[in-house]
Amino acid sequence: MLFTLVLLPLLGAIIALIVPDNRLRPLILPVVATAHTVLTILLLGSDRAPSPEGWIWLDPLGQITLLSISLLFIVCAWYAVGYLAYRRERSNRVMCICLLICLSAMTSVTIAQHLGMLWVAVEATTVSMAPLIYFNRNARSIEATWKYLLICSVGIALALLGLLFLAYSTYLAHHEATLLLGQLLATARELNPAWLHAAAIFLLVGFGSKMGLAPLHTWKPDAYGEAPGLVGALLSGGLVNCAFLAIVRVYQVCLASGAEDRFFQQALVGMGLVSMAFAAVFMARQADFKRMLAYSSVEHVGILAIGLGLGRGALFGALFHLINNGLTKGVLFLSSGNIHRSYNNKTTDVVKGALTRLPWSGGLFLAGFIAVTGSPPFSPFISEYAIVSSAFIDGRHLVGALFLVFLAIIFIGMALTVLPMVMGAPPDGLEPTDYRDRLLTVGPPLLLMGVILVMGIWPPPFLVSLLHNGAAMLEVQP
Amino acid sequence: MNAIADQLLVLVMLINLVMLGSSRLIFCIRAVAIQGVILGILPGLIHPFSGHLAAITAGIILAKGVVIPTLIIGAVKKAHIRREVEPYLGFVPTLLLGALFTALSFVFADKLPLAPEHRDLLFVPASIATLLTGFLLLTTRSKAISQVIGYLVLENGIFIFGMLLTEALPTMVEAGALLDLLVGIFVMGIVINHISREFSSIDTSRLRALKEE
Repeated sequence: MLFTLVLLPLLGAIIALIVPDNRLRPLILPVVATAHTVLTILLLGSDRAPSPEGWIWLDPLGQITLLSISLLFIVCAWYAVGYLAYRRERSNRVMCICLLICLSAMTSVTIAQHLGMLWVAVEATTVSMAPLIYFNRNARSIEATWKYLLICSVGIALALLGLLFLAYSTYLAHHEATLLLGQLLATARELNPAWLHAAAIFLLVGFGSKMGLAPLHTWKPDAYGEAPGLVGALLSGGLVNCAFLAIVRVYQVCLASGAEDRFFQQALVGMGLVSMAFAAVFMARQADFKRMLAYSSVEHVGILAIGLGLGRGALFGALFHLINNGLTKGVLFLSSGNIHRSYNNKTTDVVKGALTRLPWSGGLFLAGFIAVTGSPPFSPFISEYAIVSSAFIDGRHLVGALFLVFLAIIFIGMALTVLPMVMGAPPDGLEPTDYRDRLLTVGPPLLLMGVILVMGIWPPPFLVSLLHNGAAMLEVQP
Repeated sequence: MNAIADQLLVLVMLINLVMLGSSRLIFCIRAVAIQGVILGILPGLIHPFSGHLAAITAGIILAKGVVIPTLIIGAVKKAHIRREVEPYLGFVPTLLLGALFTALSFVFADKLPLAPEHRDLLFVPASIATLLTGFLLLTTRSKAISQVIGYLVLENGIFIFGMLLTEALPTMVEAGALLDLLVGIFVMGIVINHISREFSSIDTSRLRALKEE
C-alpha cells in the first residue's frame, strides 16, 4: 500500500508525459491527488509494522507530515485545473509532470526510515520544484530559480556530509556504518560524540537552508515571489514540511544519544527566534505581497523550530503547527495567485480594494491573514498558543516573551500590507484582465479555509491522538 | 593498494589547485571529469571486490566522468562563453587561498578522532581540501557555469569522505544520490541556457533584480 502511494504519482507523471492535449492533461492531477488522499486516510488508521529490514515505516510523525502534504496537494491539484485554464497559451506538460514527481518524492520522505533514502527524496523534491518556479519564463523568475537551485543544492549537499559524519560516528562505535533510523536510535548512546556533534551541525544547516530558517532563508522571498501561487503553496506547505521532518529525524537521534540533545534544542530555539526577528523586520512595509508571504513562511518555520527546540508540551504545538501552517499557506498563496492574476500586478501600489474587485479571493486572503497571524478561532491559534504557553510553564520566560513580541510586530507589519490591499476601492484605470473568481479557483482554498476553521474549533479526535502519539516519540525516554 | 589510493588522492588535490588557477571553462570541466573518474576508481582500491562495488564504480565513472561533463560542455557551447573573465576574487589570490586551505585541511584532519585504520590514509584531508575548493569556486566566480563546477567539486569532496563508509550507503541510495545529482545538473544546464538567452550573458552578477528595497 505504501508503494502504491509512491508509485501512483509516478504513473500519473508518465501519463502526463504521453497525453498530448493541453486541456486534458491537468485533469490527471486531481485524479491522482484524490486517490492519494483516500489512500493516506486509509493508512492513518492502520498501525503497520516497519518493513523487515527497517527501511520503510509510516510512523506517527510520518503520518502527520503525509496527511498535511496530501491535503494540501489535493487542494492544489483541483486549483491547478482552474489555474491552468487561464494559462492555455503555454504548455503545462512540465508543470504537471514535475508536480506529480514532487508528490511522489514528498511521500517517500514521509515513509523513509533510512536517512540516506530520506536525503535522496528531499533532494528529489528540490530538483523537481525548480522548473515550476520558472513557469513564468521571465528574467525575474529565472533569477529566482537560479538562486533557489544553487542555495538549496549546496545546502542539501552539506546535509549529505552531515549524514556521512553520523554514519562515521556509528562506524567508530561498532565498526559497522549504518543510517537506519531504528538502529541509530537503539545504539545512539554509544555513538562517538565528536562526530555526532559535527553531524548535528551540518544536518541543521543543510536541512535548515532547505526549510528556510534564517539566516539561510535568502532564496525564499525570491522563489516564493516569482513562482505561481500554486507552486508557492506547495513550496511553503509541502517542501517545508519535508525538510522539517528531516530535522525531526535528526532530533530523534540527538535525543536518543542523551548527549547532543541540549545543544540541538538550543540551536533550534536560537535559529527559530532569529527567523522570527528577520520576518518581523522585513515584513513591515513590504510592497510585494508574495514576498510578504515568503517572510511569513520564514516566521512560521521559526515557530516550528522553536516548538521543536522547547520540547515537552510545545511538541504537540509544533506538530499541529506543521499541519496548520501548511494549510493556511495554501489558502494565502492560492488566493494571492488569484489576486495577482486579476490585477496583473503583485505590488500594493496597484492592488487595492481586492474585496470589491474579487469578493471571494479577497475575502479568503483576508481570512488567511487572520488565521496565519494566530488569531482565534482558526487552528494556528491553538498550535501557537500551545507552544508559547509551554515556554512559560517550563520557565523559558525570555523565549516566550520574545515569541509574543515578534508575533505582535509581525501582525502589525502584515496588517499594514494586507488591509490596504483588500479594503477600499480598486484604483481607476486598471487594465482589464480575463480573470474572474470561478468555482475551481476559489472552491479549493475555500475548502482549505473550512478545514482550518474546523480544526480550530473542534480538532478531530483521531488527529489529536495522532499528534499526541507523534509528540510522544519526541519526548525524552527515561 | 593504499599507496596507490593515496597517490590518486594527491592527484585529486592537485586538480583542485589547477581548477582554481584556470580561467578556461572547458578545461575546468574536463578537470572535474578526471576528478570524477578517479573517484570512481578509488573505492575499488580500498574495499574488497563485490557486486555493490562494481555497480558504484561503473555508476560514478559514467555519471561524473561522462554524462555530467557532456551536459555542462553542451551548456557552455550554447552560451558561447569560453572563459571566466571577471571573478569576484582574482585567480592568484584564490589559488593561494586554495593552497592554504589544503595545508590547513591536513592539520585539521590530524586532530580528528578517526578510526585507526583511516588514520594513515589521505581520504579525510583530501575530502576537506576538495570541499573547501568547491566553496571557493562557488563564492569567488561570477559565471553560472563556474558555480556549477564549484558545486560539483563540493560534491566530489563529500563523495571522497563517503568512500570510507560504503556500507552505510547501500547501492540503491548511492544510485539515487547520483541520479539526483545528474538531474540537478541537467536542470542547471537548462537554466543556464535560459539565463544566457535572457541576459545575453551567464554572468550571475547580473542576477540582482530581486532584492529588498
